[in-house]
Amino acid sequence: MSRRPVTTESPLVRLLLIGTAVAFLALFLLLPLAAVFVEAFRKGWEVFFTSLHEEAALSAIKLTLLAAGISVPLNTLFGVSAAWLVTKFKFRGRSLLVSLIDLPFAVSPVIAGLVWVLLFGAKGWFGPWLAEHDIKIIFALPGIVIATVFVTFPFVARELIPLMESQGSDQEEAAVTLGASGWHIFFRVTLPNIKWGLLYGVLLCNARAMGEFGAVSVVSGHIRGETNTLPLHIEVLYNEYQFSAAFACATLLAFLALITLGLKSAVEHFTGHQSSGHK
Amino acid sequence: MSISIQSISKSFGAYAALENVSLEVPDGSLTALLGPSGSGKTTLLRIVAGLEFADPGPGKIAFHGEDVSEIPAVKRGVGFVFQHYALFRHMTVAQNIAFGLSVLPRARRPQKSEIRDRVMELLKLVKLEGLDQRRPHELSGGQRQRVALARALAIRPKVLLLDEPFGALDAQVRKDLRRWLRQFHDEIGLTTLFVTHDQEEALEIADQVVVMRNARIEQVGKPQTVYDNPRSPFVYELLGNVNKLHAGKEVRYVRPHEIEVIFAAEYDPATDSLARVQHLFSAGPIATLTVKLADGQFLDVELSRKQLDELALSIGDEVAVRAPQSEPHH
Repeated sequence: MSRRPVTTESPLVRLLLIGTAVAFLALFLLLPLAAVFVEAFRKGWEVFFTSLHEEAALSAIKLTLLAAGISVPLNTLFGVSAAWLVTKFKFRGRSLLVSLIDLPFAVSPVIAGLVWVLLFGAKGWFGPWLAEHDIKIIFALPGIVIATVFVTFPFVARELIPLMESQGSDQEEAAVTLGASGWHIFFRVTLPNIKWGLLYGVLLCNARAMGEFGAVSVVSGHIRGETNTLPLHIEVLYNEYQFSAAFACATLLAFLALITLGLKSAVEHFTGHQSSGHK
Repeated sequence: MSISIQSISKSFGAYAALENVSLEVPDGSLTALLGPSGSGKTTLLRIVAGLEFADPGPGKIAFHGEDVSEIPAVKRGVGFVFQHYALFRHMTVAQNIAFGLSVLPRARRPQKSEIRDRVMELLKLVKLEGLDQRRPHELSGGQRQRVALARALAIRPKVLLLDEPFGALDAQVRKDLRRWLRQFHDEIGLTTLFVTHDQEEALEIADQVVVMRNARIEQVGKPQTVYDNPRSPFVYELLGNVNKLHAGKEVRYVRPHEIEVIFAAEYDPATDSLARVQHLFSAGPIATLTVKLADGQFLDVELSRKQLDELALSIGDEVAVRAPQSEPHH
């Protein structure tokens, strides 16, 4: 008789559990993904590529890359500084700051967009002043960037804070006693210790920055060819019943998601880092 | 260089970690800060290193007469070995040791070849030749500790500070390494201050033992002096097993090995007390027995195996015990 681990269920139960999990995964994750690609190619390759080459699509892709290109580095900088501040120093209001970092996760993206309209919109607090000086924030690139920065702010900091907390400040203190300047300490001691966590946070931040819909939708004004990001462009196409074109653009975002997942797994493979459960 | 600590106080919020502490660490000595956790010893060490600053006031820290109180750790030039070594995980042993030299301003930084020679020299000094390309996680605890030591010495520090240097090691490695550290100290002659909560460690290797308790220094002296003439019951109890004998309001402290055990037939009422053997533990070279005195108090006694064999004791036997006359504490 072969020995069985005591925790093993009967074959029938195992089959049932595995079957349920696989069916669930297929239904809710694989099927929609497959649908995106099937729909995108329904009218053939030609339509697929034309929809991507269309001027409005190209402009949306450019705008998305630009917005992410500005907000991801900014949030990397903010996230690293916030994590450094919170974990290496003790000060009054520290736990309040940690909670504040989480605020964008707690707030609905629509609200996150509306807040900026209330502040910078034509009838907002600073609206008249901005109009006087001919500065456009809402319905323009600055608004989109601000909304994206706000929504993706927590990703890098959230990833780094627990990591840096668990590492403590011993190595930094050792570097101090050895005569290292703040610059040297950060680049030669702290950064190498957090690089994988940082990369992981940046990846998630980027995925969200490129995919953000709600907040950006509120501040962008949906000006075709000007303030439509890729997700907004997809919505416009869909509402105009251009399904194939909408799904063709959607494949780009799906690819982005797949690449992010691939890189994320690679990072986890390198570090044994366990995903800490992001939304 | 000597270390002079004058009237240092330190509080964290309402908690006083050090209260008006003064101490002289002679040039070239190996001094132990001994005390239970929370006594302030690590805080004192960190203040000497400049990793913490003392409360404002008249207090100061001087190295060889020069006031360093206002010099931050980064410029103070102390060698500090952390309890858990704090080696840079992503660097090799050689890179770890070279770190302090490689971050020097360009003008003062030695040539690459000079740094390499210095690293090799230090590796030889701490007996880790050939491990220069290893990473910290590939080393044993004792090896890591010596890498940390070499790294601290690379900058030619004015003084060497060690926080619980043997705290994270197995019992056997601890013993070997502390004897090695003593020899090492004699070789390099650098003024060294180390923190420990282990009285055996402090007594065995230090030239000077500083007993700390509740943010203050309780007693300072040579190991032998502190052990033989503890200034307070606290020091008595900290420095090894001790019997506490109550007689009225007085308390006397007697170490287990200071008590003589003789046959009940030789009992002398002037100096001895009668007692009954309650417990015997005789595995090993030293036998421990617990006896119960006529007034109900228990006494731990240490005997050599030879003495025990001569007395041929067993549990329940009556014996006479003779304790040396020590000064009573109130």
